[in-house]
Amino acid sequence: MTTVAAAAATREALGPTLIKLREQGLDIAVVDGDLGISTTARLFGDKFPERFFTLGPAEQNMIGIAAGLAAAGKIAFASTFAVFMPGRCYDQLRVSVSQPNLNVKLFASHGGITTGEDGISAQAIEDLGLMCSLLNFHIVVPADVVEAASAIEVAAQTPGPFYIRAGRPKIPVIYEPDHEFELGKADLVRPGHDLTIIATGIMVSQALAAAETLAALGIDARVLNLSTWRPLDTVAIEAAARETGAIVTAEEHLVHTGLGALVAQHLAGVAPVPMGFVGMRSYAESGKWDELVEKYGLSPADIVREAQAVIARKR
Amino acid sequence: MIYAGQSGHPGGSLSSVEILAALFLRVMRHDPANPQWPDRDRFILSKAHCVPVLYAFLAECGYLADEELLTFRRLNSRLQGHSKMNSVPGVEMSGGSLGQGLSFSTGHCLAARLDGRDYRAYCLLGDGEQDEGQVWEAAMAAAHYGLGNLTAIVDRNGVQNDGYVKDIMRQEPLADKWRAFGWDVQEIDGHDQQAVIEAIERSRGVTGKPSMVIAATIKGKGVSFMQNTAAWHGKAPNADERERALAEIGA
Ligand SMILES: Cc1ncc(C[n+]2csc(CCOP(=O)(O)OP(=O)(O)O)c2C)c(N)n1
Repeated sequence: MTTVAAAAATREALGPTLIKLREQGLDIAVVDGDLGISTTARLFGDKFPERFFTLGPAEQNMIGIAAGLAAAGKIAFASTFAVFMPGRCYDQLRVSVSQPNLNVKLFASHGGITTGEDGISAQAIEDLGLMCSLLNFHIVVPADVVEAASAIEVAAQTPGPFYIRAGRPKIPVIYEPDHEFELGKADLVRPGHDLTIIATGIMVSQALAAAETLAALGIDARVLNLSTWRPLDTVAIEAAARETGAIVTAEEHLVHTGLGALVAQHLAGVAPVPMGFVGMRSYAESGKWDELVEKYGLSPADIVREAQAVIARKR
Repeated sequence: MIYAGQSGHPGGSLSSVEILAALFLRVMRHDPANPQWPDRDRFILSKAHCVPVLYAFLAECGYLADEELLTFRRLNSRLQGHSKMNSVPGVEMSGGSLGQGLSFSTGHCLAARLDGRDYRAYCLLGDGEQDEGQVWEAAMAAAHYGLGNLTAIVDRNGVQNDGYVKDIMRQEPLADKWRAFGWDVQEIDGHDQQAVIEAIERSRGVTGKPSMVIAATIKGKGVSFMQNTAAWHGKAPNADERERALAEIGA
């Protein structure tokens, strides 16, 4: 078994995976918004220059071209930062990709506040809410670099549009190298009975750390990695509510348009239980990503506090 | 069609008639019996509100039955109010939000090159549509990639939604702008059928750069009371107006 670095950024999965898929013969074309070095899409471009189209920071055009490539039969990948895609090209995503249901794969890097020092203009905390409002898109937020690579492969092999949200900082690698991402399946990363923490993206490793603390306090927390936001794994969510009786969601995104809202909306209809929400409620600021996580309420301690509060409301 | 649906955009449809006639009846390589033919030329209607003229030519070519035209914009019809791909054979792009077609066409042209296919994309834009910044992003990209397999046509009828183009957003010198962006540019009378055919034919011979045909037209062409006015940009005629319009265009 190859060993994986203890920490890696999810964005690092993009270039190498695209190269691998092309080498396997997939008919991939990549459009890039002048951030290919950061997203690692450039690595693909260095290897397959004829299939890599630099378009400059012109995201509306980038999405239109990706849609045209897809309409002509290509598996079209588009990549830039999550603040610019969907932010700068929402209408293009709606009319040119979502409505005709085209085979365009968006890989949005630098999601969330962990983008860090660049400050609020660069910190995407609304992107997933925007994407959830676009029909037809599959939406995936990988928890580590292994899952990100596997999700890119699944996206390339599954017809229809995808949004994969990745991040800038090196975060813990939680999966073995041979882990396979399953679209639409929440992954049980820790069993437990007293409550379920439904986490996504960087918050999965935070939730695992929180679960350790909770265990020391005598609380047995289940942790689900909900990496696929759409299609939502309603079976796992419902089972978590019925079996553990309390839910805390944890996301690096605004809670009112994010995972917390998605899960609460589903459970309200089928299995309402006490819920708590860990996530963003305001813009952040410049700073080191780990400092921001502390200050803006995304630390394991925040999850622990929220978990204790919902347990207290459990009947 | 627009009368039957009591809704739609006659002005910019009438100004584009000779352009679509040249493309669908003379220049384009297409086969109504095989609308997904990989080597077909692509007609991309960027100004998708003018879809009535597209449906009319799709019917003329046999993609659609004439009777179906009368279902335009009505409940349960395939003929949506703005062009929608995957719903009608021959409609290549979903539109309705201006400014997106030239990028989409550029994607098709890049794919054709990758696949070693020799089809072309023909993209029809409105002049008011050129206010959209995305058009100029695409203009740069198509020139950067030297897309000799792309022909864009601007239906320059001088009128947009709320008034005259010259009053809403000055575009002069338009031909120089496209030239400065690296395009081959031709300026023609868009109602001179032979000139339209020749200009588009000529664009097929341009290599190493995309081609622009700026077609000077009259919005609402052929119907005296619709001509050159924003009032008929997006309005359906009543029964009397319909009779007069059909009589004037000799339909
Ligand atoms: C992004 C966007 N903004 C606004 C509109 C509303 N709209 C529809 S047609 C039109 C004017 C278009 O003028 P032009 O491109 O000159 O079209 P034509 O005169 O050929 O009909 C506008 C503003 C739209 N469809 N899309």
